Amino acid sequence: MVRKYLQIGLFVLLAGVIYFSFTTPAPQQMIGEASRIFYYHIPMAWLTVVAYAVNLIYAVRFLKTRSELDDFRSLWSAELGTMFCVLATISGSLFAKVTWGVYWTWSEPRMLSIFILLLIYGAYLSLRAAIPTPERKGIISAAYSIFAFPTVPFFIFIMPRMMLSLHPADSVVDKNLHFTMGGTVLPIFLVSLFSFTVLYFWLFGLGIRLHKVQLARSEEA
Amino acid sequence: MSSGWTTKALAVLAKDIRTELRTRYSLNALFMFAFTTLVVVSFSLGQLSLNVQVLSALYWIIIFFASMSALSGVFVKEEDGKTAQTLRLFARPSVIYAGKLIYNMLLLTILCALLTPLYVVFMNVTVPDWPLLLVVILLGIIGLSGATTIIGAIVAKANVRGALFAVLSFPILLPLLVAAIGGTNAALAGAGWDGAENQVRLLVAYAVIMITASAVLFDFVWNG
Amino acid sequence: MALSLTVEKLSKSFGARKVIRDLSFMVSVPGSLGITGRNGSGKTTLMKILCRLVPPTKGKVAIRDGDAEVASAECFNYLKMISPEMALYEMLTGYENLKFFSTLAGVHLYRAEQDKLLDRVGLVERGDDLVAAYSSGMKQRLKYAVALLAKPAILLLDEPTSNLDDAGKAIVREIIARQKSEGMLIIATNEAEDLKQVEYVIRLDN
Repeated sequence: MVRKYLQIGLFVLLAGVIYFSFTTPAPQQMIGEASRIFYYHIPMAWLTVVAYAVNLIYAVRFLKTRSELDDFRSLWSAELGTMFCVLATISGSLFAKVTWGVYWTWSEPRMLSIFILLLIYGAYLSLRAAIPTPERKGIISAAYSIFAFPTVPFFIFIMPRMMLSLHPADSVVDKNLHFTMGGTVLPIFLVSLFSFTVLYFWLFGLGIRLHKVQLARSEEA
Repeated sequence: MSSGWTTKALAVLAKDIRTELRTRYSLNALFMFAFTTLVVVSFSLGQLSLNVQVLSALYWIIIFFASMSALSGVFVKEEDGKTAQTLRLFARPSVIYAGKLIYNMLLLTILCALLTPLYVVFMNVTVPDWPLLLVVILLGIIGLSGATTIIGAIVAKANVRGALFAVLSFPILLPLLVAAIGGTNAALAGAGWDGAENQVRLLVAYAVIMITASAVLFDFVWNG
Repeated sequence: MALSLTVEKLSKSFGARKVIRDLSFMVSVPGSLGITGRNGSGKTTLMKILCRLVPPTKGKVAIRDGDAEVASAECFNYLKMISPEMALYEMLTGYENLKFFSTLAGVHLYRAEQDKLLDRVGLVERGDDLVAAYSSGMKQRLKYAVALLAKPAILLLDEPTSNLDDAGKAIVREIIARQKSEGMLIIATNEAEDLKQVEYVIRLDN
């Protein structure tokens, strides 16, 4: 029962986010209407990274426990992460077209890092598909997931310092770590970030419950 | 007289070298690919000369694709030849990894030793700073082997081998390529060790991280 | 040497297919065991599990030296296996294969000892030829030489006499007889002749 209310609550929050993201003044005056994409693009990018972190954590756990459930958790998070990554890439690309006139540019480090994550997710899923035995599938892909990880901080933290950025700097947090968004923007953004994160965890739990049911069914048979 | 860890790793290396000298599969693939690409590019460009940035990038593009065509061989041939299981009953994983890692480094060193002078000649490159260039290339080789050797082991257990090797390697190799191309650029543009400081540091860090991570994860991949 | 191999409630499934069900047994040194069953009954899989090449789905395999259990990663020092799925290096000669595997096993073999090993399996004249040039029977015999160079405490033979002519089979009988009395021997086969050589036999079709 509690679950039902939480789901309804999430629905209300997300509906509110969508409504208010379009009816309140645009977050950044300089960029104009297109900046509304902040409310969606940033949570998507954030969740891409969160999903990878979860994938990584369960990959490490699986190598220790060799439990099929841990392997599934790892895989499921990767699948969700891929979805968020695609959404983040597309939303980012649209934003780039509106503000800078190009759908894609390699000189933008954030664009590069989301692209790398897309590559890593894609590689992970291709690898899983290419290994026939279920036990090996889990172990080998967990090893790859862990091995690919060091690349991510490199692109998120080191590359931007090495390149000039087109990305709106200080759009969220400035040098003094104060929030730079004022007025109605900050609450809507935070609620959006929160709601989408809850959505991710809900989808994650849902997938796992479904998997457990399927397992139980096949064991009865 | 019993053998220590190093002796065993060197035995794996020697075995792979001996086999390679008899069949020449990897050396042929590597060198043919690199040389052909170089000739095609040089020929197509004719009199046109390229600027330093393009020259640096092109060099590492050739090395990257040549590596993709050959470096997974070191594990794939063990699986295909059914010798992988025999090895597992005779040696611990670290010994095998070390031997194969050095073997890949050796392959790449031979490739670069042959490719670099040819590249300089065919592409009309002036090299103001040979020491820096050689250091960057060497560090690049170490990083490249460090990253791709374990991916070769991963791919050897899968079906699609060739394409999968490139798909898995590419995201992981990008930082290396960025640093190596940047370092080569600095060497060719005469920017000196100061200009290449970031890149060299990055190359060293990359090599260390990749080889350490591989050493830890190899056990799981090999025995998985 | 109070070495023993213990299997406790071992099960192995591939997805929904249960290949080995709840198997338990123990073998000591000296001793011998035969594993038999229809094709596809899981003989080779069981052998691989005993060698730690494949993990069991449930249950446990343990090698014990006295009371102490040998760590999984160290088990390869105690056993060697010969199997149709394990090959030697075709691009190396017989001698080179021996030298390579003996170095890995931490054993130094002088040329004379290598010759003795090859002689025992009847391959002395062909020691300098590449394994690629050997017949399948000769390859099988070289596998014996390689497995024996490390004087393994536990020897596992999967289809010991496959590809072998009468001379080859005689060689294997001699090896089996020696291993039975000096160490532990486990054979997986359907050949009745081979099964006669072991103390106990397990049938894998339930």
